[in-house]
Formats: sequence, structure tokens, C-alpha cells
Amino acid sequence: MNQPSHNSTKPESDSPGLKQSAPLEETANNDESTNASPKRSLVSGSNFDRSKPDNKNASTMIDVRDVNFYYGDVQALFNVNLTVPEKSVMALIGPSGCGKSTFLRTLNRMNDIIDGTRVEGTIKLENQNIYDPTIDVVALRSRVGMVFQKSTPFPKSIFDNIAFGPRLSGTTSKSKLTEIVERSLQQAALWDEVKDRLSDSAMALSGGQQQRLCIARTLATNPEVILMDEPASALDPASTARIEDLIFELRKQYTIVIVTHNMQQAARVSQYTAFFYQGRLIEVGPTKELFTNPTEKQTEDYITGRFG
Amino acid sequence: MSNNRGEFNSKINSRHRTSKLFELFCLSAVLLALVVLCVLLFSVISKAWGWVDVDFLTSHHSRKPEDAGIKAALWGSLWLILLTGLFSIPIGVGAALYLEEYSRKNRLTTFIQVNLSNLAGVPSIVYGILGLTVFARMFDMFPGEQQSVMTISLLITDLSIPLPFGPTLITGAMTLSLLILPVVIISSQESLRSVPPSLRHASLALGATEWQTIRSQVLPAALPGIATGVILSLSRAIGETAPLLMVGAASFITATPGGIDGMGDILTNPGSLLEVPFSKYTCMPMQIYNWVKFAKVEFQEYVTSAGIVVLLGVLLLMNATAVYIRMRFQNKIQW
Repeated sequence: MNQPSHNSTKPESDSPGLKQSAPLEETANNDESTNASPKRSLVSGSNFDRSKPDNKNASTMIDVRDVNFYYGDVQALFNVNLTVPEKSVMALIGPSGCGKSTFLRTLNRMNDIIDGTRVEGTIKLENQNIYDPTIDVVALRSRVGMVFQKSTPFPKSIFDNIAFGPRLSGTTSKSKLTEIVERSLQQAALWDEVKDRLSDSAMALSGGQQQRLCIARTLATNPEVILMDEPASALDPASTARIEDLIFELRKQYTIVIVTHNMQQAARVSQYTAFFYQGRLIEVGPTKELFTNPTEKQTEDYITGRFG
Repeated sequence: MSNNRGEFNSKINSRHRTSKLFELFCLSAVLLALVVLCVLLFSVISKAWGWVDVDFLTSHHSRKPEDAGIKAALWGSLWLILLTGLFSIPIGVGAALYLEEYSRKNRLTTFIQVNLSNLAGVPSIVYGILGLTVFARMFDMFPGEQQSVMTISLLITDLSIPLPFGPTLITGAMTLSLLILPVVIISSQESLRSVPPSLRHASLALGATEWQTIRSQVLPAALPGIATGVILSLSRAIGETAPLLMVGAASFITATPGGIDGMGDILTNPGSLLEVPFSKYTCMPMQIYNWVKFAKVEFQEYVTSAGIVVLLGVLLLMNATAVYIRMRFQNKIQW
């Protein structure tokens, strides 16, 4: 099939950008069942072609300094320091309850809506502290989009789902909306599957399609950063593979931070990986290095499956 | 092993018997309720048979039972419900939205919540006394024999508002609004709570403001539930007698509110619409209550039953509207 193979030969794997730049229609035309790539494994060399940081001198997109986070009296994050380069994928891994999802939600201030939470420290998005009192959280969230673990299509048509974001900021022109909807669905590799039924309910889509719809919906607001909270954890392997291909494709334009329980997934899609444990950031670095040569004992124990 | 089997099976017959007995109990409870309802309907309808006709709906009260009609009370009840809805829906849904969507949980909101539940259980006569003091008499702020009248000049006509309101429609509607507000708020809260939080989060994460989230996600999803709660509350209000007795619904009146008998009157004299809230009125439960007190046996038996049938008819229509709205909006949001 047109799907880029993952057990490719060495010379190819040195140019991951080229290899993945297959037109979107090709991936979209694939039937979901033919798209599964069971040969993806954690340390089988060629899988790491994706995880290579290919823009080493990229500027910093997100800069996290001394962040502590509290749910009431309970401290959930301890002194987190982290930078995310632009147009890269950073995976957050760690056992359940380690604070990785909490950390993800501090990046677009979704924690604000939970009563009694408190943040200390600074998080800079392109040199602007997003916790500064002058920051408008509504504007921030349209710059930092989010895809949730459970796909959450609105009970509206596919078109209205995608158009929701642009309409919020006052885009009403039908032609402009149509253009945005098509572009977003193309980007999310969903266009070919739904182009003939844009007025159907989004609830009628399959789980994998719903999740790609949510990604498309996020893309429609034209964000700079996309946060993903275990976007594929409820999906079958075929749908998961499509989401992962999509993430790889989106990295060219967006900065992506993804929480995942699945270490193979982290290895496959990310250039950088951060390991959280008990609310602390234990180790962060290029994915390949972190997985092959972790510096911390806890990281090594976790990625070799000794706990978590 | 075989010993164990025997132990498990030893009581199996009595277990099945108990299960069957409980099912029978539940079935008889349903049947009992149905029988009572049927007896009630049958006795009322059989007496009202031949009495409910167009004349009954379009004539005013008369000394002669065969000429008596429910016109004033029917119009009074319809206006009463319309005004009650106008007052209680925005306030009730607004309060529910504030409590569910905006307020943070603290001691004050818990206090409000507890009191809402308490208020929902307060007897309606107490609301009647409240309405009498606050709306009908306005704490006796306007002393003197004569009612003061505040006149507001509008473009086409003058609006005369009596102060205090006295025994007028608006007093009755405001009192009934107070009566049903706790129930409207609580049922609206329930339906807002049933909207999955993930919907709100997804909307907020796309950069929607609180209002945009409520307007385009939360309210459409909660609307069927809210509408059902509101209409059932209004159905309760339309049957209330006690509070209206307190705030002075008229016993016998031969004029409809604002003198409006139909759409034609509204078109020829739109100003009369403004007079409606400040008209003296009566309503169906009041009218029925007064007929029962009449000496003539025809009033007690037949005219009363005819009135009850009309009241039940209006109630049925309202509940049907609730079902219709529920279905319509549930189809509209494409789950």
C-alpha cells in the first residue's frame, strides 16, 4: 500500500521528512484495516527514524520554569522545568497519576476550570507568560489547541463541528468556512472519508474517525501548539496507526505535546520525551537517547517495564 | 462438589417465589393507580357529558346552570400561565445556569441549594400570603382608600399601572412564579448536570468563552430536559387554587382580561394587551371551587364536572406540548 513502511532500509530512514511526505489522500484512501502495521516495536532500530530531532536549532516554543501545581492542598507537580522546541513532538510518559496530564493541561490553562487549583512558576509561549494576568485565556486556548483522550464530537453535523472554532471568533462567511472545513479535514486525513456527508451527524462516525475529527476541529482554529491527552488510547491498532501518522505529518506545521501511556507510541511519534514520576520531571531529552540510554535509574526501570 | 450444588439449589424455589411475588406487588401498584385514574375520569366525564360544548367555553358565568360558561376563567387561566411562564422561565433557567455553570462551590451556594430544596416543599398557601403582602398590597407603601395609579406614556397608548397591584393578573402570575421557581430551578439544574462535562471542556479548549459554550453546547443539549421541567411546573401552577384565593382572584367576573376575546380584539386594539396584566381576573380552579359552593345541584354536579373536564383538557394539551418539545429538540441535536 501507499502507507510508508516502518521496517524500511537504512538509507531511507535517514530522511524521515521525505519519507513521510506522501500526499494526504494516499493515507486517507487506505482502508483502516489495511493500515495496521503490526511490525512496529519499541527498539527495532528503524522505528527511531521518526524520533530524530531534525531541526536542532529550532527556536523554543514553550518554556516552562519552576512550575508547581496544586489541587487544593495536594501538590501535583514539583518544580518542573522544560522547553519544547517549535515544530516538534514531545511525548510525556510516566505511570498513572504521575502528573503528566496535569502538566499538559497547565499548558492551555484547562486546569483553571477546576475549583481550587493553583499554579506557581512561569510557562512561556513564545516568550509570553501564559499565567500573566494580562493574558486572555480564551485567546490562549485558540492558540494552544487540545485533543482529549475520549473523542468529544459535538452533537452537530461534521461541518458544524469543524466550523465551531472559526465561528467563535466571528467567521460567518459560508465560503470561508467551507474552505476552512475542507483544509482542516484534509490535514486530519479525514476529508476523503466524509466529504460526501458533511451534513451528517458527527456522532455517526467511527471512534477513530471521531478522534481525527476532533483533531481537525482543533486545526480549524489555526493553533500554534496542539496538546494531545492520550489521543489513541481508546482506539484499535489501525486507527492508532492513522493518528500516529497524522501526528507525524502535523509536526511540520505545529508544535505538539502528547501524553501517552504507550511507550512504543512515544518512541514512534516523538522527537523528545519527558518522563514524569510522582509529580516530578525525572528526565527529558531526545526520544532516541532517552529510550536507548537513559541517565536516570527510574527512567530505565520504567521504560524496561520494571514498574508502571 | 455435589454437596455444594445441593446447598446452592436448596432455596432456589423460594428465591424464585419471592422474585415473582415482588413483581406481582409492583404490577398491582400500577393497576391500582390506573383504576383510580379511570374511576375519576369516568365519573367526571359521565357527569360532564352534554355540558361541555362551544357555548360552555364561550359564555360567562350565569345564575342559570344551563347558561353558565367558563369563558372568563379559561382566558384568565391562559393569561395567568403565559405571564407566569414569562416571569419564571428566564429567572429560573438563569438561576440554574448561574448555579451550575458559573458559581464555584462554596458555603453560599450550598446554602442556596439547600434552601431551594426546602422552598420547593413549602405549601402553596404560604406563597399566597407572601404574594398578598408583597405584590397585592406592596407592604402598604401606598396608603389611602384610593389606589394610586402610575401612568407611563407609550407611543400608541398610555399604560396605567395600579399601585399596589391589588387583585390583578400580574399579582397572581408573580405569586405563581414564586411558587414554581424552586422546582423550575432544580429541574433545570438536573438537566444541565446531565450534559457531559467533556462537551464543555472541548468547547472551552477551542477558545470558546463561557457564554459561547453555554449558548451553543450546553443549552441545546439541556433544552429538552429544561422544557419538560418548565412545562410540568406550569401544569402544576395552572391547577393551583390556594395561593390565588389569597391574592384575590375574583369569584365571579364577566369580563376577560383586557377585554380580549380572541385574536381579532388584539388586532383591532393592541393597547388592550397592555391592560391584561392589570385586569381583574378569575381562573379555572377558582371558578370550579366557587361552583361547588352553589346551592343548585346542577352547579355542584354538572357544571363543576364540565369545568374540570376543560381544566384537564388544558393540562393534557400542555403535557403534550412538553412531549412534543422534548422529541423535537432531541431530534435537532444529533447525538
